[in-house]
Amino acid sequence: MIRPPLFLPQGVMRQILLSLATALLLALPGLAQAQATATDILNENRALIEKPTRAKIAPVIEALATSGDPVAATVLAAWAEKGLGLRKADGAFFLIEAGADGWILRDLSGTDAGTAARADVVELRPNAGVRGLIATALVQFTLSDPDPARRADALTSIARDPEEAHLEPLRASLATETDPALRAQKERLERLLTLRFDPDSAARVAAIQGFGADLGLDLRGALNPLLATSRIAYAGDVPEGVNLARNIVPGTDLSEVEAYDLLVAAGMAPARLTVEEARAALLANITDGAVAGIPVAELGTQAARDRAYTALEVAGAVPAAATDAEVAAAIAAHRFAEVYEEPDPLVTSAARTALDAITVKVGAMQAADLALDAISLASIYFLAAIGLAITFGVMRVINMAHGEFIMMGAYTGYVVQLFVTNYTLSILIALPLAFAVTFAAGVAMERLVIRHLYKRPLETLLATFGISIALQQIAKNIFGTQARPLTAPGWLDGALTFNDVVSISYIRIAIFVLAMVFLLFFLWLMKRTRLGLEVRAVTQNPSMAASMGINPDRINMLTFGLGSGIAGIAGVAIGLFAKVTSELGSDYIVQSFMTVVVGGVGNIWGTLAGAALIGALQKGIEWLNPSNTLAAQTYMILFIILFIQFRPRGIIALKGRAAGD
Amino acid sequence: MNGIKGMMLGGAMGMALAGAALAQEETIKVGVLHSLSGTMAISETTLKDTMLMLIEEQNAKGGLLGKQLEAVVVDPASDWPLFAEKARELLTVSNVDVMFGCWTSVSRKSVLPVIEELNGLLFYPVQYEGEESSKNVFYTGAAPNQQAIPATDYFLEELGVEKFALLGTDYVYPRTTNNILESYLISKGIPKEDIFVNYTPFGHSDWSKIVADVVALGADGKKVGVISTINGDANIGFYKELAAAGVSADEIPVVAFSVGEEELSGLDTSNLVGHLAAWNYFQSADTPENAAFIEKWKAFAGPERVTNDPMEAHVIGFNMWVQAVEKAGTTDVDAVREAMYGLEVPNLTGGIAKMLPNHHLTKPVLIGEIRADGQFDIISQTEPVPGDAWTDFLPESAVLESDWAELDCGMYNTETKTCVQIKSNY
Amino acid sequence: MTRQTFVERSFLARNPSVLWFILILAVFTLGVTVLSEAYGLAFISTSFVKTLGKTLCLCLVALAMDLIWGYAGILSLGHMAFFALGGYMLGMWLMYARTEEIVVAALAQGGLPATPEEISQGIAVQIFGVVGASEFPPIWYFAHSFWAQMALVVLVPGGLALAFGWLAFRSRVTGVYLSILTQAMTLALALYLFQNDSGLRGNNGLSGLQNLPGLGDVSQDDLSIWFFWASALALGLGYVLLAWLVSGKFGSVIRAIRDDEQRVRFLGYSVEGYKLFVFTLTAVIAAIAGALYYPQAGIINPAELAPIASIYLAVWVAIGGRGRLYGAVIGAAFVSLLSSWFTGGRAPSIPLGFYTINWVDWWLVLLGLSFVAVTLFAPKGIGGLFDLWQGRMAPDRKGAQLGPEDGSLQEKEALK
Repeated sequence: MIRPPLFLPQGVMRQILLSLATALLLALPGLAQAQATATDILNENRALIEKPTRAKIAPVIEALATSGDPVAATVLAAWAEKGLGLRKADGAFFLIEAGADGWILRDLSGTDAGTAARADVVELRPNAGVRGLIATALVQFTLSDPDPARRADALTSIARDPEEAHLEPLRASLATETDPALRAQKERLERLLTLRFDPDSAARVAAIQGFGADLGLDLRGALNPLLATSRIAYAGDVPEGVNLARNIVPGTDLSEVEAYDLLVAAGMAPARLTVEEARAALLANITDGAVAGIPVAELGTQAARDRAYTALEVAGAVPAAATDAEVAAAIAAHRFAEVYEEPDPLVTSAARTALDAITVKVGAMQAADLALDAISLASIYFLAAIGLAITFGVMRVINMAHGEFIMMGAYTGYVVQLFVTNYTLSILIALPLAFAVTFAAGVAMERLVIRHLYKRPLETLLATFGISIALQQIAKNIFGTQARPLTAPGWLDGALTFNDVVSISYIRIAIFVLAMVFLLFFLWLMKRTRLGLEVRAVTQNPSMAASMGINPDRINMLTFGLGSGIAGIAGVAIGLFAKVTSELGSDYIVQSFMTVVVGGVGNIWGTLAGAALIGALQKGIEWLNPSNTLAAQTYMILFIILFIQFRPRGIIALKGRAAGD
Repeated sequence: MNGIKGMMLGGAMGMALAGAALAQEETIKVGVLHSLSGTMAISETTLKDTMLMLIEEQNAKGGLLGKQLEAVVVDPASDWPLFAEKARELLTVSNVDVMFGCWTSVSRKSVLPVIEELNGLLFYPVQYEGEESSKNVFYTGAAPNQQAIPATDYFLEELGVEKFALLGTDYVYPRTTNNILESYLISKGIPKEDIFVNYTPFGHSDWSKIVADVVALGADGKKVGVISTINGDANIGFYKELAAAGVSADEIPVVAFSVGEEELSGLDTSNLVGHLAAWNYFQSADTPENAAFIEKWKAFAGPERVTNDPMEAHVIGFNMWVQAVEKAGTTDVDAVREAMYGLEVPNLTGGIAKMLPNHHLTKPVLIGEIRADGQFDIISQTEPVPGDAWTDFLPESAVLESDWAELDCGMYNTETKTCVQIKSNY
Repeated sequence: MTRQTFVERSFLARNPSVLWFILILAVFTLGVTVLSEAYGLAFISTSFVKTLGKTLCLCLVALAMDLIWGYAGILSLGHMAFFALGGYMLGMWLMYARTEEIVVAALAQGGLPATPEEISQGIAVQIFGVVGASEFPPIWYFAHSFWAQMALVVLVPGGLALAFGWLAFRSRVTGVYLSILTQAMTLALALYLFQNDSGLRGNNGLSGLQNLPGLGDVSQDDLSIWFFWASALALGLGYVLLAWLVSGKFGSVIRAIRDDEQRVRFLGYSVEGYKLFVFTLTAVIAAIAGALYYPQAGIINPAELAPIASIYLAVWVAIGGRGRLYGAVIGAAFVSLLSSWFTGGRAPSIPLGFYTINWVDWWLVLLGLSFVAVTLFAPKGIGGLFDLWQGRMAPDRKGAQLGPEDGSLQEKEALK
């Protein structure tokens, strides 16, 4: 009877794997019997399984996978998930599960085998490398598993460690795939494997071209290895038949030193003399206090040492070292080329074309990602500064304790989470509570200290600094110096991913939204409410405002409290994305003042512009110098200092009476 | 006015100091030089408590050489110049016989000239960057070859990592460690362009760009791994961003050298399961010695306290010092130093720590995977590795050797067969 | 008194406080010497002599701060940066020269006389090996020369102050804006020095500065008292110089600038020029103080110029009393010694029953709050006590302020 064609590929796959396994098993004495049961294999390799290393464990996993024992897949899966145990008393393997007091044991076929004390069973903990091998071996069992989650796991495993052996089973499983998402994933994976491993170069080229300018990291990960090159020096012209990437010319494409090093490495030229070797040679040839007639006392310069060495060379006492002229001649006598490691030129040129197209697109996307990062950073600065835009920008009060209000807000969030364990609920409670706490603190500070110092701005600065120092230390005394956790609710986990290049975490989006909400709130408050009108009046001319029936004391108090309260809310947001420590505030205080000053005091749009400028600038400098983030911060501050020199009133300067002095 | 006031204060303080010197009794004084305030207090206070516990325990056993031990605790307040000042005070005013202290490299460098000048003895318990050997310091923490190199080997051999991102806070330990790792990786055949290095300030919080850069490293199809020497608070933002970007330990594993049980308590670790840390000690080590130590510690300091790697270093260092004093029959620094070489003390994680003539210990290297409960699963433990003061992977240091027993030199050039210097470079 | 006699009286007669100050400083120096371990009764330990020497340097930088803030009304939050820069400049020579001795001695054993390249390479490896580099950055170009580095102690901070001041004063940045700007400058400088790439060993900074090259055999007991003398001399000279400056016409002009900049400008004075001069001069004085301070401290690193350090400087001057030179000295000595007493763990804890006040933890809170209290209730600081003693009360100006700064000493001419 003819088998249904549906099963044919699977059978073929099995056969390939089996023959592969047999070859392996023959090489491994402990596993000589091909059809050993899983238990036998485990027992024979007990020592290796107890302390597995990636380099040695592969044959054991392979043997288990191909044993044909129906429990093998279960055993492998359990092993990877730290569900396999070894009873110390007799060395028997069990599937284990943590119970109330000790382990619940089942034997390998899944039947109950009682319990054991925690100390009696060794829990096997394979490392990530071994787990990866197990996952790869499990692919054959799970590619067509009825459970879609396990099929997805199998695909992830293939994507992580693509192997030539996966291509056939993957193609085979395509036909039976019913889940459309998984099917798309399988098709993509099949093409990725094809372009790397298919023996037919036309199929590979077709697979490459089929992707177009796709942005996937996996595609670039598959294409780039095809274009890996190595630099080779040839005595004559570059021979025919190598897949040449390009000819390289010493002096332009690579330095002469590099070119000569290539020759030395290939054994095509003698090595150059190093200073240490020359020194050792001279030391070895000291006779009667002189080297080749030059007294040792005179060898205190490099020139004299070179002379002495040359003299020794002439005398034949030391081997001739390559001189500069010889180096130049050797370089001139050779051709250098970059050669593809992939022999097929059709494939490499197709890959090159595809990758060039991708690179352009990736560049654009990276710019977009950088812009998102910049916007996100700007919104964080804006959020930290918006309270200051009220207290400093509108009221002209320098509050150096502003950072500590941010910190108080963050700690409020932390304390709320201690009592309310539902993260969503706790954040909803923490936001208004943080506002209330810092509002109260702000009002208290205004009443007790700042009110007395309105005429002495420099002393406000110093007094609020005193408060800042005290608040910071009090926070340390209460909460300790260690960072405290402030965890975002689950729905803010993860990131909004546009493609493999552009993504932004939800928490940053939330901060951006919060910043925008406060911008609108500020505008509404200042332009549309009575309080805003009174605030503006009091700021411009307190005595005139007072004579119009406004109480300046009350307005100042409320305004200051409002600015402080917003700082508290900013603290919760900043704590969510970074950390909660007593120094949280001082990290932001200088940047916040910079934001307000650069933007232009007294104008919320200015603060927005300042935050945008600083955020964009910092990300821009980071992009130029990716290995040193500290430098970015330094240059950013330097730029701001210079900027203020030339635009002392900021980007958006108030004009006329509103400008005050 | 200033003069009078200063003199009055000066006189009063001088008298207090002189009084302390006069009141010297028949005790052996142990100086404890750990910050109790300032930024490092959180880490160092624990070590001070450890020392107090060890001294109390030793006194309960009958003291040392028939005398009681007395702890002299000072607070250098995380202020580096103050470390030098307090060390001088301990040695000249309190006349301590030995000091246990320091955490950061810069504090150690600040203390070095003072203890070399006054011939003191310091036990330094923290993993550090090496490239130093002082006659007067015993380094009971890990040298790079006892932490960084084995962890990198684990990446290369077990995880098959082919492309490395070395992320660190911008100070001396990450700088030197990354330098050593870079040359080590190049010697292992990793091309230089496959090693990405980045330094961030202390307490850095904006990690989005750096995490994106690391993810983008995977574009050429090589397996990427991160070696993190990020210090302290900055780790929180880093791991949060890593979790937000959905980077799992299976795709891009991160091994950290400065993240322990303490640091993880500031984080929700459920998203970080599987990332790694390399130390010479984990609280989760399953040995009877460790269980006994944890029990003693909790009884002494409180049930909620955790144990960590530098604490183990102090335990080993203190036990060794006690043995050496007993062997030498005196607390004289030079005699004790001579007696230290070759002494053996059991580790808390199993095996034996042996003091080498280069003032370093043999230590096993443990690699742990982060669990969801903030503890570590130990997945690899090596045999004890001898500590190396001068790394073999930097050309300038490869020729150097430290041997205070035979050569009496901390910086011996094996090529020219000369002692470069007796005092250390600070 | 008539204007004529006012001018004729000598500088010292007009400023009796200068004589008093010099006298007290001399007695103090002598007393410490007599009680020191090196030259006397060994009653004061060497480490305490070092503390006193360092305190004198802090008094000197406080004097500079008083001139710029108390007299000229510019609240600079950057003077500790100049102080640290001075320390860095001298520290470079100290490190270079000390390492050179070691390297030359080591290479001398090598069989061949060392080449200059080998020596320079050896020094570089020794100094920068710890931060993973082995080559001299360009900023170390002059490090081999004592005199060049000594000149840089003055030139680098002075030059930075000149450039920064010129830019800032030219654009008429004043008041709190200037304070924030100077703070930003300090932060930028600190962040820059924190980088290892800056070539000054990053976070580790320069260490072992207490060991002077060529003086390896001299004990620290002697060195500490030498530096103490040098610091006392510098403080004495600085005090006389500044007292002379502020007692003349120059002093009147900068006080006038403090009280009303516009009017002085309309009177035809170059306000910017005066400000720039004061800013640069005080930066140079701060740098000299720093160059004397760090060899006593032994180590300098970027944490020393964190913005908070400059704020503490302002705190000292404010607590001591602005606008009078002795006030700055008293403030610096009093607060820094008190601070080291409190944080040194010597202050007795206060048990409250339910909670024990541990001064190590609560000192900063006390300092912060007392600072607020001084600003609010005693703007003249400790120096105000001298007014009470001399019976010099503020003039009754019927409620109007003398100047914008309540804390500054009222002028004699306003008294009558």
